[in-house]
Amino acid sequence: MNATDFLSIDLPAILVAILAATSCGLLGNFLVLRRQALIGDAISHVALPGIVAGFLVSGTIATLPLMLGAMVAAIIAAGLIETIRRVGRLEAGAAMGVVFTAMFAVGIVLLEQTGASNAHIDAEHALYGNLESTLWLVLSAWSDLLTVEAYIEMPRQLATLIVVTCAIAVLIAVFFKELKVTTFDPGLAASLGLPVRTISTALIVVVAIAAVAAFEAVGSILVIAMFICPAATARMLTDNLGRQLWLSAGVAAIAGVGGYFAAAFGPQLWGSANALSAAGMITVVAGVMQGFAMLMAPRYGVVTRAMGNRKRRLDLAS
Amino acid sequence: MNPPRLIPFEAPPNANAHGALAPLSVRGLTVAYDEKPALWDVDFEISQQDLVAVIGPNGAGKSTMIKAVLGLTPTLAGNIRAFGKPVKHARKRIAYVPQRTSVDWDFPASAEDVVAMGLYGKIGWCRPVRRRHRGSAREHLDRVGMADFASRQIGQLSGGQQQRVFLARALAQEADIYLMDEPFAGVDAATERAIVDVMRDVRSNGATVVCVHHDLQTVGDYFDSAVILNIRRIAAGPVTDVFTEENLQAAYGGRLAKTEIRAIADSA
Repeated sequence: MNATDFLSIDLPAILVAILAATSCGLLGNFLVLRRQALIGDAISHVALPGIVAGFLVSGTIATLPLMLGAMVAAIIAAGLIETIRRVGRLEAGAAMGVVFTAMFAVGIVLLEQTGASNAHIDAEHALYGNLESTLWLVLSAWSDLLTVEAYIEMPRQLATLIVVTCAIAVLIAVFFKELKVTTFDPGLAASLGLPVRTISTALIVVVAIAAVAAFEAVGSILVIAMFICPAATARMLTDNLGRQLWLSAGVAAIAGVGGYFAAAFGPQLWGSANALSAAGMITVVAGVMQGFAMLMAPRYGVVTRAMGNRKRRLDLAS
Repeated sequence: MNPPRLIPFEAPPNANAHGALAPLSVRGLTVAYDEKPALWDVDFEISQQDLVAVIGPNGAGKSTMIKAVLGLTPTLAGNIRAFGKPVKHARKRIAYVPQRTSVDWDFPASAEDVVAMGLYGKIGWCRPVRRRHRGSAREHLDRVGMADFASRQIGQLSGGQQQRVFLARALAQEADIYLMDEPFAGVDAATERAIVDVMRDVRSNGATVVCVHHDLQTVGDYFDSAVILNIRRIAAGPVTDVFTEENLQAAYGGRLAKTEIRAIADSA
């Protein structure tokens, strides 16, 4: 591996993976605690028709119209889910299942019928992402990272994700208290005068933005995993929401880096020349970390608890 | 049923006999879920330093009444005033203790974190919880005998301890009126004692408590007044006045035996 290859191919992909995983992972904490984890799933699917519509209306694949399209689609989906839940007397999960599969299907039909699929959007990328094609071609040596030109020529997805991830981190830091109390006890929050509904809606809109920013680069499967795995892993490791947020960001970043390296360089260890899907490996690493946390977490791990019980039994016996 | 009287929202504030503004006055409150009324044309007024039990059978609209007062559930009609103002302009003076089962106790928070939430109104938007707020939260935990559990994750507490954490959180709000939704539900004797002590304590400091209560036997011991609800208001006033066979029959008729009703009315 030479520096030029690493800088222009691997580095941007790793950065995109870290940022996509971290932005979704941070928001996932609130989705999981609000028992709305499936919303991330729904939104990452409904982003597809939104992106296609954004492309058809604007005629470009610039980030802004696509993101606007996806946000509008997410808001329509949220409205539809609520309507179907009430009118169809279905539980929220079933209503989501109906809405996101139907809208995703509409997105695929739109793609195939309008020729949008020639313009760098296709269903396969929508599912598995396109991490490997994120290239930062102006970089040929480490010192190039110090030039202004490098940042002007930065890959579009990377620039978008930097902005989105920073914005999410700042929003969570600023509204931490409000997010915490509306998540834990919406009744108390409303009695304190907080706009509980507005905060829920705003959270969903931000989730939609994160899903779209990440989705372009890493696909909807990874987006779903990142909304849930880092938060669920971090929850096993701490009982403090602030620490849980930090841990989830750490878990997401490790999954991003670890998954990318495993995909890009792992097969060479077995003498295979083929690289694996990076988005797939990142998801696998996140899943493995969660599994490990469920087994070994200091307080809540299955193995840890079993060993604790065994020790207590032995102590009682002696 | 007669239609509820519609009362203009800007009705003049009601002053009670002493000329002070009542902590809570409710006029013509009507709430319906779908077509079925949950509360119908309910009137009552709570006076200062009163401990008030809200009683009535299941489905009588007790919790709905508390939620409607707080603006957590939409109302069809009615005028609700706290200290002469619409509730949304008096939020800092009102503390709310929701039903314990309404929240997820697996939430990653310690007892101290939950009590600190009672201070969020005072801290204000976007400002962090500081060390002095944490100190204040611990003092309020101490008032309900929970100082030793400040850093315990809330799911590791017993039901009674969880209820005391909620109580401490309400105390942290340092309100003038406390609205409690079934704080006595499923708690141990020590917690029941602690809740009663706290209620008397806040009353002696001039505050008022309105508490949804289920146990008719203890109403006379714990409370000064009662509002008896069964969709409509059956009666409101001092416990000794409103706990009559007639009122209890109107609220609980068919759910409690006549002999039980008589025994409760006699004991009050």
